[in-house]
Amino acid sequence: MTIKRHEEVGLTDAQVLDMYYYMLLARKIDERQWLLNRAGKVPFVISCQGQEAAQVGAAFALKKGKDYICPYYRDLGVVLVFGQTARDCMLAAFAKAEDPNSGGRQMPGHFSGKKLGILSGSSPVTTQVPHAVGIALGARMKQEDIVVYTSFGEGSSNQGDFHEAANFAGVHKLPVIFFCENNQYAISVPLKKQLACASVADRAIGYGFPGVSVDGNDPIEVYRVMKEAVERARSGGGPTLVEAVVYRLTPHSSDDDDRTYRSREEVEEAKKKDPLPQFASYLKQVGLLDEEKEAALHKRVQQEVDEATEYAEQAPYPAPESALAHVYAKQEGI
Amino acid sequence: MAVLSYIEAINLAMREEMRRDPRVFVLGEDVGVRGGVFRATMGLIEEFGEARVIDTPLAESAIVGVGIGAAAYGMRPIAEIQFADFILPAVNQIVSEAAKLRYRSNGDWNCPITIRAPFGGGVHGALYHSQSVEAMFTNVPGLKVVVPATPYDAKGLLKAAIRDEDPVLFFEHKRCYRLIKGEVPEDDYTVPIGVADVKREGTDLTVISYGLTLHFCLQAAEKLAEEGISAHVLDLRTLYPLDKEAIVQAAAKTGKVLIVHEDNKEGGVGGEVAAIIAEHCLFDLDAPIRRLCGPDIPAMPFSPPLEKFFMLNPDKVLEAMRELAHF
Repeated sequence: MTIKRHEEVGLTDAQVLDMYYYMLLARKIDERQWLLNRAGKVPFVISCQGQEAAQVGAAFALKKGKDYICPYYRDLGVVLVFGQTARDCMLAAFAKAEDPNSGGRQMPGHFSGKKLGILSGSSPVTTQVPHAVGIALGARMKQEDIVVYTSFGEGSSNQGDFHEAANFAGVHKLPVIFFCENNQYAISVPLKKQLACASVADRAIGYGFPGVSVDGNDPIEVYRVMKEAVERARSGGGPTLVEAVVYRLTPHSSDDDDRTYRSREEVEEAKKKDPLPQFASYLKQVGLLDEEKEAALHKRVQQEVDEATEYAEQAPYPAPESALAHVYAKQEGI
Repeated sequence: MAVLSYIEAINLAMREEMRRDPRVFVLGEDVGVRGGVFRATMGLIEEFGEARVIDTPLAESAIVGVGIGAAAYGMRPIAEIQFADFILPAVNQIVSEAAKLRYRSNGDWNCPITIRAPFGGGVHGALYHSQSVEAMFTNVPGLKVVVPATPYDAKGLLKAAIRDEDPVLFFEHKRCYRLIKGEVPEDDYTVPIGVADVKREGTDLTVISYGLTLHFCLQAAEKLAEEGISAHVLDLRTLYPLDKEAIVQAAAKTGKVLIVHEDNKEGGVGGEVAAIIAEHCLFDLDAPIRRLCGPDIPAMPFSPPLEKFFMLNPDKVLEAMRELAHF
């Protein structure tokens, strides 16, 4: 039997099985949304496929119900661990009134939920990164020992908001984890046209805190690196930049055609490193999973996605005039 | 009652709010030990310490963006942009984030941030230390845009902005800072956002303004009274959302309207004020609506004659008022 790598980083058998469940759930929700999109039922999909291990590994290192997250649009795996459900995601995909992210106002992938500690994000990339720093600053003033996670792609690591926020967090030694999911492409533009440095993690030196690059296809490795970063942040050691090296298995979005800028051979090669079968294989090697258990898990996830889809499809749309609500707080004067 | 300058009233408002509410804090460039380049935050770091009066790195988008995160978390940040001209790197944070956080989360999150910025010219500030940028923000639902003209309003409106549950852009005319003085009560009062104020009652013509030019209008009205012409002067105070009722009431009262602002004319706030009047009380008017504004050039030049040419003054306003009164 292979060494239980997960035990070495402090993960129990139950936890790694749970991690696999969340990875699978994220993948299956995502795949269903593509089907619904191609069937003309949902207008837009933006994927997490290929990034589930990085996302779930990272989220498991955080304290759900206590820590805050400012995720980017691919972080389906992260928000599921933080308490969103398949139904929540499907309600967003169908833009229904009950969608807890935005009541059907935002495109899917714009995660939000105050009670889950998920700060609402927008579409201009990287704007969420200074928000994470602000939450950490506010928490420090309130003397609450939370850690704030924010994620973004490698393309976003070029934005001014990334640099400004990382620098601010470095100067003030704030408990923020800058989690870059380097999936090799900013829509069509490859890494080599985005960055001149060897890795995104190298950028951390400019802000005076550690930068770590990790194989994002391995949830245990990601968890290990994240756990160190979280401990450093919570104990007053300041921020960390973590770069999870992954590959975006789908086109940028349902409106993109990646055949125009990358070869099928390249994508097929990347699929050989797909984190889901890799992790399933590890779980089998350590005796936590077998064909029967895996089939049962697939069935459970399938059922969850089916029920969520059915519920969301039948749920009511928001009332048209509700578009006027929530511009300002209800108060005197205005 | 104490007579304070406009900037002293602003300083007092922040001091009082910071004493009242531990969630209130200040962040910006040079706001700490220097007390702000205009000294608006003078003495705050001594009283409240560097944890609540934060000298930030020189990066405007982070000043606002970090403030937004803190506000969402439940703090009451006052972010200072050193000059309104330098707010542009933070516009994405203000317009895409602060203004839309409540709306896009269907009322789940909100963003109670106050963003202070000195604007306007007449201080030899040239192109990039003199601009009026308010019109860039006055068609952004979700934001409130406030411009006080008097020390009384400055204190009351700033306290209201800090307590507001939504983001407020608070533009302070930098020429007013030490030029304008007035009585400011020492007690805890607020001036409601979204409510204009009649600063002078009159019957022959209505002048609508805000900021520094409001004072030019009042001075011109004083002189015009000697000629037997009575001017009604409305101070907008909040530029977004506008107090439509007060505008219509003031316009209908005299039937002649002059709108005065330092910002350039085309696309300025005056156009919206004129449209409100045209929509609601066109038939109460006895003359076409007039606008007296800065010229439509990119910004205010440095050379004194050029700056003087750009700036309005009481004489220019007097002439426009007299002409309209005789229409």
